[in-house]
Amino acid sequence: MSRPRSTQNRYCIVGIGETNVRKSSETTSLNLALRAASRALDDAGLSSDDIDGVLTDTPYHDPTFLYSMLIADGLGIQPSYASTLDLGGASPVAAISQAVGAIQAGLCKIVLFTIGQNAGTNYRQGPPTHGTLNWGYSDFEEPFGLVGAPGAYALGARRHMHKYGTTAEQLGAIAVSTRYHASLNQNAQIQSPISLEDYLASPVICDPFRLLDCSLISDYSGAFIVTSMDRARDLPQPIVEVAAICQKHHHRYVYTAGDLTTSVCTQLAPKLYKEAGISPDDVDIAQLYDSFTYTVLLQLEAYGFCKKGNVGSLLENGGIGLGGSLPVNTHGGLLSQGHSNGVLHVTEAVKQLRGDCGARQVKKAQNILVTGGGGILFASHAATILRKI
Amino acid sequence: MPIPDSDSMPFWEACRREVLQFQLCTDCSALRHPPRVICPQCRSENHRWEPVSGKGTIYSYTIYRRAFHPSLEKDLPYAVALIDLEENLRIVSRIIDIPMDTISIGMPVTVRFVEIDKKTMLPFFSAVD
Repeated sequence: MSRPRSTQNRYCIVGIGETNVRKSSETTSLNLALRAASRALDDAGLSSDDIDGVLTDTPYHDPTFLYSMLIADGLGIQPSYASTLDLGGASPVAAISQAVGAIQAGLCKIVLFTIGQNAGTNYRQGPPTHGTLNWGYSDFEEPFGLVGAPGAYALGARRHMHKYGTTAEQLGAIAVSTRYHASLNQNAQIQSPISLEDYLASPVICDPFRLLDCSLISDYSGAFIVTSMDRARDLPQPIVEVAAICQKHHHRYVYTAGDLTTSVCTQLAPKLYKEAGISPDDVDIAQLYDSFTYTVLLQLEAYGFCKKGNVGSLLENGGIGLGGSLPVNTHGGLLSQGHSNGVLHVTEAVKQLRGDCGARQVKKAQNILVTGGGGILFASHAATILRKI
Repeated sequence: MPIPDSDSMPFWEACRREVLQFQLCTDCSALRHPPRVICPQCRSENHRWEPVSGKGTIYSYTIYRRAFHPSLEKDLPYAVALIDLEENLRIVSRIIDIPMDTISIGMPVTVRFVEIDKKTMLPFFSAVD
């Protein structure tokens, strides 16, 4: 390990909060975000007065002006630093790097990030009252029938199958394993296990994707609090260090993304491992952004857990389930716990490192890779290594 | 339906004349899509609209078996593809007049304009004759 052992210039996650992940909560995105934030404060043993940095993410439904200040106001916080991220599913992990950067720069000392969305409630009740976030340049996609995320990701999966011989069974193994993990998580939207046969029998949505290749539509919220290690030492929870944190952004549209069988993750991975002073073998759990099964496959390759085009060997030999060589998404992920924009990938990693995961606890977990992906096929990417000290 | 703006209007107007054209930077010769005021290669604002051959190959495709918008119900199943144009530009389009089970990656295709309403022609793609 190259990292100095002093506590200077080291940062930690000291509190986490979640609300129930479910199809419908019958409340607003803002209320969900406030509840998770409040729980994170309790978890960290902090009060609103202790927080001087507030970060959040733009809600897709009812996007709102000055949203970070709506969050701060709702919690009675008058921060020195506030910002609303706009990186889609990369936002929660990217927020860790914004928080670390802001503390390093002296802008603030303790940063709260919270995000909540009532996507499930909105989906079932018709168009949101105040509209949805504009996708941008959609005239060159939607009139041709490329509507929604599954079709765009399916274009990548099809090309990967063509180039590397990737199979439906391999994508299915990811869905089955993730669902098993959700079955051990009481805060999962769907907890009934599935078999590979169930996967293969699920209806084709956008060929080659079946319904069970796609993440859920959920109401959720999640929050976490970042501060310096010096401050973390005085707080009640076990220390979870941000051992490395990186962002890398790549494109905006599926037709400007280039090779869809790879991703910007391949550029970020070596940098992240170097910063953390570890190799892929040292990763005990991978919390990989899983908007689709194919998203997971791309990252297993990029982060060095299998050779390019050879994911089958990982899935068959040891696997990505609990007890396997690399447990992936122990909470059930976006595929089965529910679509949380990736914030619950972070809170799950913290729970694993604290040893709070009960039936799905991975023994002696020390280094956890957590990733986020925004836009289509990692237009935006952020990744971190969280470490138990 | 597309809602043309100041950048994209020349693209959609040309489609009505059954011409597929894109912005070409007159300083560095890069073709770009979608249309924008600045060349992302060299930041020049100088450009002209360049007609292309309308020929290309399928980079990848997906077959929709569920409609993500009510207006698409009538089209199911339909194929959406990324087309690599001869001029080294990639676009999203619909594949028409090819049986779904014979569409393949690498297949050569050519543009075919389809009237969607009185104001709109869309550049779809079909098999090369």
